[in-house]
Amino acid sequence: MSIADQVPIAEGLFTWPSNDPRLIGSKCNNCGVVTFPAQNSCPACSGFDTEPIELARRGTLWTYTIQCFLPNRPPYDGPETAETFQPFAVGYVELPDQTRVQTRIKTDDITKLKVGMELELVVEKYIERDGKDVVAYFFQPVDEL
Amino acid sequence: MDVAIVGIGIHPFGRTQGVTGLEQGVAAARMALDDCGLEWPDMQFAYGGTGAAEKPDTMVSKLGLTGLQFINVTNGCATGGSALQSAYMAIKSGMFDIGVAVGFDKHPRGAFTVDPEGSGLGKWYGDIGMALTPQFFGMKIQRYMHEFDISEETLARVAVKNFKNGSMNENAWRREAFGFDEVMQSPMVCAPLRKYMFCSPAEGGCAMILCRADKAKQYTKNPVYLKAAVVKTRNFGSFEVFSQNQALQRADSPTVQASRAAFEMAGLGPEDINVAQLQDTESGAEVMHMSENGFCKDGEQEEWLANGWTEIDGRLPVNTDGGCIANGEPIGASGLRQVYEIALQLRGGAGKRQVPDEPKVGYTHVYGAPGLSGVTILSR
Repeated sequence: MSIADQVPIAEGLFTWPSNDPRLIGSKCNNCGVVTFPAQNSCPACSGFDTEPIELARRGTLWTYTIQCFLPNRPPYDGPETAETFQPFAVGYVELPDQTRVQTRIKTDDITKLKVGMELELVVEKYIERDGKDVVAYFFQPVDEL
Repeated sequence: MDVAIVGIGIHPFGRTQGVTGLEQGVAAARMALDDCGLEWPDMQFAYGGTGAAEKPDTMVSKLGLTGLQFINVTNGCATGGSALQSAYMAIKSGMFDIGVAVGFDKHPRGAFTVDPEGSGLGKWYGDIGMALTPQFFGMKIQRYMHEFDISEETLARVAVKNFKNGSMNENAWRREAFGFDEVMQSPMVCAPLRKYMFCSPAEGGCAMILCRADKAKQYTKNPVYLKAAVVKTRNFGSFEVFSQNQALQRADSPTVQASRAAFEMAGLGPEDINVAQLQDTESGAEVMHMSENGFCKDGEQEEWLANGWTEIDGRLPVNTDGGCIANGEPIGASGLRQVYEIALQLRGGAGKRQVPDEPKVGYTHVYGAPGLSGVTILSR
């Protein structure tokens, strides 16, 4: 399936279609605070002058947890059943001088996650819907890339 | 005008089949009225809290259509605490002499189900599995353990203590005292937090009658005075539940802000508190809330728990009724339950779990999504 046939899980979260996708945040032109996802007002200074920016691809793991039970549906809409569910990792990745982004973490080994480790953005298939791949953003340990 | 609590009432927490949330609130309100010899028509106002059950103001069809001012309150996990805060302000302002704060809930089993869009988040956030409160609790304590060297053993000790206290509370949901090994070996829920370290959404009701302090002795021999009641929301930079991103700059949590303001309002400090109820949605929260409320420094919890200083006979008993861990969390009633327990302790009526040496000053703290805290300070 070509990139053009893949649909993003939400519009405006990351640049798509792209071979080098980036998360899209916003930066306040008054106080410089960066938020994700992009928003048209600033939570720090209450200003209304923000502009979209592409966020850094690499960052460090600030904290994380392992989700060990199948989340309630809705709002969860992942591909697993109770039988196929495997624990997954969620965390905050600190992007230098920008912000900390909440993300699912894609890893081959959830036991190796450590605060401070380096991760990089990947945009990959999350689930298939209506015959199309729905892609979402994840961060993945750099040593697994 | 100072504010007193003259009557307290509770409907047992947990699961009560065949009894609606509203009926549990009505039972608690009747018990609170009986406690101070008053009747529903004596109430000038009511603030009623619920998150998932019937609309609180419909209680009047069971308690009496007296025409009183009845306002419904919903404020996340701090719903019950916010109903109390509202009642406090109603009397403090001089507008009313006497009224009731009541809260109840009846949540379905399992983790809270969140509507991301209703919380100002994208649908995608829930779709990919991030709209879960237990994840936040796991991530917050994970970072805290990393920064301040808190061990998993300390998390387990909090749970063991709260289950032990709950086993002495006839209104608690979980009355089985789990051992340390059982807690440490229970299944992982959201690492590093395990099943027996978490509270669960539940059912229950709680109510209190508040009045002008100068009239309190008309209704009861042993009023409890509300020296402070504060609700604060998050400042930019604090780490809160359901944050799609977090600022690089750090700010004090709403708990720190509410605690400081409450101590200032009461003219007291942490060293004056004899018994405390601190929000323990899971054991990590109780650990962090010990320092956020000013009772110890970050990292000292390790020593506090190892030495049993938060046990009922310790230097600062915490969650003497078993907290959320043993009572579950019906969000409409939960913050009121904390105040109920402190009132009971200050009156000397807590039975097997009574804090020794006649405690004079108590403290309650509730925390709720998406980042608000309610603190009260109470004295005899």
